[in-house]
Amino acid sequence: MNRMKKAIPQPLPKLATGIEGFDDLSRGGLPRNRTSLIIGGPGAGKTVFALQSLVNGIRRRQESGIFVAFEEASRQIIANGATFDWGLATLAKNKLFILDACLSPTAIQSGEFDLVGMLAMLKAKKQEIGAEWIVFDGIDVLLTLLRDPITEMQEIYRIRDWLADNALTAIITAKLDNGHTGDPHYGFMQFMADCVIRFERHLEHGVSTHRLGITKFRGSNFAAGEYPVSFGPSGIEVGATERTEITHAASTERISSGFERLDAMLGGGLFRGSSTLITGVPGTSKTTLAGKFAEAACQRGERTLFVSFDEGAEPIARNLSSVGIKLKPHIKSGLLRMYSARTETVSAEDHLLKIRALIREHQPRCMVIDPLTAIAKAGALGAARAVANRLIYMIKDEQVTVIITALNEGDDPQAESTDLQISSIADTWIHLSYVVRSGERNRALTIVKSRGTWHSNQVRELVLSATGLMLTDVYTAGGEVLMGTLRWEKEAEESARKTQRYAEFDHKRRELQFAEANTSAQIKALQMDLQRQRTALAMYSSDNNVRNVSSSDREKKLRKMRSADPATRVPGAEALHARHRIAPGPVKKGGNGAAK
Amino acid sequence: MSRSRKSDKASSAAITTIVSMRLYIAGSAPNSVQAIANLEAICRKHLKGIHKLEIVDILEHPLRAMADGVLVTPSLTKVLPLPVANVVGNLSDTSKVMLALGLKEKVE
Repeated sequence: MNRMKKAIPQPLPKLATGIEGFDDLSRGGLPRNRTSLIIGGPGAGKTVFALQSLVNGIRRRQESGIFVAFEEASRQIIANGATFDWGLATLAKNKLFILDACLSPTAIQSGEFDLVGMLAMLKAKKQEIGAEWIVFDGIDVLLTLLRDPITEMQEIYRIRDWLADNALTAIITAKLDNGHTGDPHYGFMQFMADCVIRFERHLEHGVSTHRLGITKFRGSNFAAGEYPVSFGPSGIEVGATERTEITHAASTERISSGFERLDAMLGGGLFRGSSTLITGVPGTSKTTLAGKFAEAACQRGERTLFVSFDEGAEPIARNLSSVGIKLKPHIKSGLLRMYSARTETVSAEDHLLKIRALIREHQPRCMVIDPLTAIAKAGALGAARAVANRLIYMIKDEQVTVIITALNEGDDPQAESTDLQISSIADTWIHLSYVVRSGERNRALTIVKSRGTWHSNQVRELVLSATGLMLTDVYTAGGEVLMGTLRWEKEAEESARKTQRYAEFDHKRRELQFAEANTSAQIKALQMDLQRQRTALAMYSSDNNVRNVSSSDREKKLRKMRSADPATRVPGAEALHARHRIAPGPVKKGGNGAAK
Repeated sequence: MSRSRKSDKASSAAITTIVSMRLYIAGSAPNSVQAIANLEAICRKHLKGIHKLEIVDILEHPLRAMADGVLVTPSLTKVLPLPVANVVGNLSDTSKVMLALGLKEKVE
């Protein structure tokens, strides 16, 4: 985590505290073998921070440590620590030593005292258990007994020198009641510490919030600013939004949103591990879309987490089943985990923690948060925004594909942004709105953005029915989008027109077929006629030849028989012959003699 | 090093109960040196012959002192007579030490 800058070769060695978020802020933890000072009011989390760092060092790196408790008795410390999942009571005794350093209330003070003896004892203990860490918890309690500012300063010096000699990584906590400036000794203590962390607790809109800020870190880069602190089952968690880099893996795998048509509009589905934001005013079926996604995930056999706010799991499952989304079997099989949370008086931080715990417990691949905007109900909006951001980043870190719904407040359906300003973090943003026209309210779905993928720019109408959800095309007529009955009318009209066109076409086709058949029949008849005529003609021609031959033969015979005319009387014979030729018909037909 | 000092006239004193004390010091730290001097003065004056004093140097017996529940130095514990009483500091406020030891200040 230590990022080397330019040519500085030796980064400050640090020990990770193991506290979620803090090691990011401090770029690696607390300075090793140096002193860190934690200041803050009562109940701000100083002791938990110190003890948790120590416990984490013991549990994760087998380091050992000494906890010097000036304020509380050791059994109280152990009892408080037992409320977290550290297994404090069972931690090896030779790794963690808690020194009861509360001066007995019955002790009488007579004159000045010093810490020489105590430090000698601690040194012996350090050598005995090989301690790496030491915590002085509530050093202010001890210092107030010294009464004299000069003595106080002297003892602080003594502790500083002792810590330096013994090369211990030290955490000193001190109460600071009245604001930041406090009294001069704290200023002095800040000077002697290499790292100063300030804890604060205050009420914001009736919700107690804890914050933490690093005000000094000698020789190290750190995230300046205040960060929310929350107490979860594992102790303190710091809402570090200033992670040095975003390291989410980018998957190219597409998974279904539950609707084929929506997948198509998104260019093939949602990217695995992406976050999708669904915004819309109440009743635009955000939950239904999210439910469909959850159902599809379960049907793929993926573990799914459904977080809902202000609505119980049972009613959600029932309501979704009315549009054909069956979640109950998946809840029963354990694949789907439903979690419903109340939002009043619970801070956004606590929701974040709960959701994080659920993710770690259920290990989902897909997840729904419905609606995320509910976390802003209690507490300050600024905090809720930070939590929303962190939540999304956290979910992405876990590579969970998430659908988040967000409520648009107000009546303006065109206002697509949300109070939480999460639209810029989400990868895909689907907006649902009502389009009111001709006395109807219809649901319209638009994809506002979808990172890294083609997506449709079409507005679709979302239709809910008992069989499920449908995305239907909308009609645009005269530059206006038609939905609901207007769309239905338009559809019906279109369909009637289509039927009519088809009928007309069919009719025409038949007509043409008929005409074609007719013509070919005529052609056939004519061809037959032609054939007949040709035959007749052929017949006639041959008959005439026969007749010509026979008539000239007959003439020759006749002449022969007459023998009167010489063969030179050709004209007469020719004339006769010509007459026969001129009127052949009656002769050929023979017998009736009409031409004679 | 543990030093036990018994009063010179311990044998002759059967009148009162013996006051048994333990003083924890840290080597030659100024407050510790001062505490020894102050306590010895009180003993000379008020507990002649009827006290037992053990001086424990924490620098040499740190773990024992820790087990005894000592925190700061110098620190005086009255072991007997009961109840046990503790005084922290260099014992410069004599009246408070006397109070803790259950003694009445003699009028000079």
